Amino acid sequence: MISARGLTKRYGDTVAVDDLTFDIHPGTVTGFLGPNGSGKSTTMRLLLGLDAPTRGSALIGGAPYQALRWPLRSVGAVLEARSFHPGRTARTHLLALAAATDVPPRRVDEVLSLVGLADAGSRRAGTFSLGMAQRLSLASALIGDPGVLLLDEPVNGLDPAGVRWIRDLIRSLAVAGRTVFVSSHLISEMALTADRVLVIGGGRLLADTTVADLAARGGGSLEDAFLTLTEGIG
Amino acid sequence: MDSYGFRQVVRMEWIKQRSLRSVWWVLAGGMAATVALGVVAGYNTRNAGGDPTSNVLAGVALGQVITGVLGVLAMTSEYSSGLIRMTFAAVPRRPLVLAAKAFVFGSVCLVAGEIATFASFLGGIAALRSTVPHPSLADGTVLRAVVMAGVYLALTGLIGLGVGTILRHGAAAAGVLVGGLYVLPVIFGAASHKVGLFMPIMIAGNSLAAVKPVAGFTWSPWLELGIVAVYPLVLLAAGGWLLVRRDA
Repeated sequence: MISARGLTKRYGDTVAVDDLTFDIHPGTVTGFLGPNGSGKSTTMRLLLGLDAPTRGSALIGGAPYQALRWPLRSVGAVLEARSFHPGRTARTHLLALAAATDVPPRRVDEVLSLVGLADAGSRRAGTFSLGMAQRLSLASALIGDPGVLLLDEPVNGLDPAGVRWIRDLIRSLAVAGRTVFVSSHLISEMALTADRVLVIGGGRLLADTTVADLAARGGGSLEDAFLTLTEGIG
Repeated sequence: MDSYGFRQVVRMEWIKQRSLRSVWWVLAGGMAATVALGVVAGYNTRNAGGDPTSNVLAGVALGQVITGVLGVLAMTSEYSSGLIRMTFAAVPRRPLVLAAKAFVFGSVCLVAGEIATFASFLGGIAALRSTVPHPSLADGTVLRAVVMAGVYLALTGLIGLGVGTILRHGAAAAGVLVGGLYVLPVIFGAASHKVGLFMPIMIAGNSLAAVKPVAGFTWSPWLELGIVAVYPLVLLAAGGWLLVRRDA
């Protein structure tokens, strides 16, 4: 379970995230939709404790991220930008995270296989294509077998087979009872992946509903509903 | 264990440290150059009344910038690559990350520094002319100078780590580090020895690595080593304070 209460983040004069309040429940995939620059990534960073909120709180299972005893066993995250050193192999990158999380090294090989990088583990991550980098990020997120997954634009850079693969993986993670929160600006992808959807625009929460309900508002088109909601908002 | 702690974070940092080949090449190359300078300085020593130990440890003036810049990069490369976000997601208690980095990187630099200074001494003394007295490690003062010069290289590595943590940008931090180590003493130290007593690079050459007293450097080498150690302590404390307060 992920909760935000009055979550607000300002950078100087810019309000990136403005008074967000929501709950994200286990066993479902919750999509996080919004135009570019609407505050999706900032919200993810606030949930992960990477940025400190100006006001309000972000809680994982009722506690702030900083209070987690084994963070990567509770929360796995795929961030929008690359978050590994190009000079390390995929395996050593994951081994370092496994060490911090006190999970056995064999878990590294498990997650490498799970994301389809079993044969690329000893390659330096700097040589990876965008799609492979995305898979490595996903492996990092899964290293501690967490109950909560925060995925920021996870389909970026994936080819059609990769998109299908990650969609199935996301679905299976939620079916197994995990809390899955996936941001995207690709509405059609969200329609296929998510059960519920939060719509954000200009840092504000515009909708918190099911995918089916939102589509109904657009006369059956999620895209129409989304564009109506976000019209004229950055 | 019910929560992560120093042990886990040290293991993470050790895996990071050992897995970047370029770091080892730069460290090995830098220490080799340090030794080479020592050998050349030994060969060029002609003054029979001088301090050959101090001369053959002259390469430390170069070695310090190698450990210092690697210290800078140990932190700033995490920011430039984005790895820092993953690191802090794994270990949200950020000062623990810095403490573990300081421990792992400081230990690596200490070992590398001692190897470099002992090799400098042995190589440099072997290159001494027969007209110059040959110091021996059996002499406690000589041994102290060699050991302290190695410790100094570890401390400059930690100074670099501290500057890198505060500034976060590799080029800026390396510039500040080199300017602070080499340029400030030129501005202040040349004018007054009293200020030199507090400047790492002056302390290294005139006190830590010296066997014979140098004019103006009347304080004990132990006190001077303590003064050098204050720099990384203050910089790392400031860096840790900033890590908690800044967005990653």
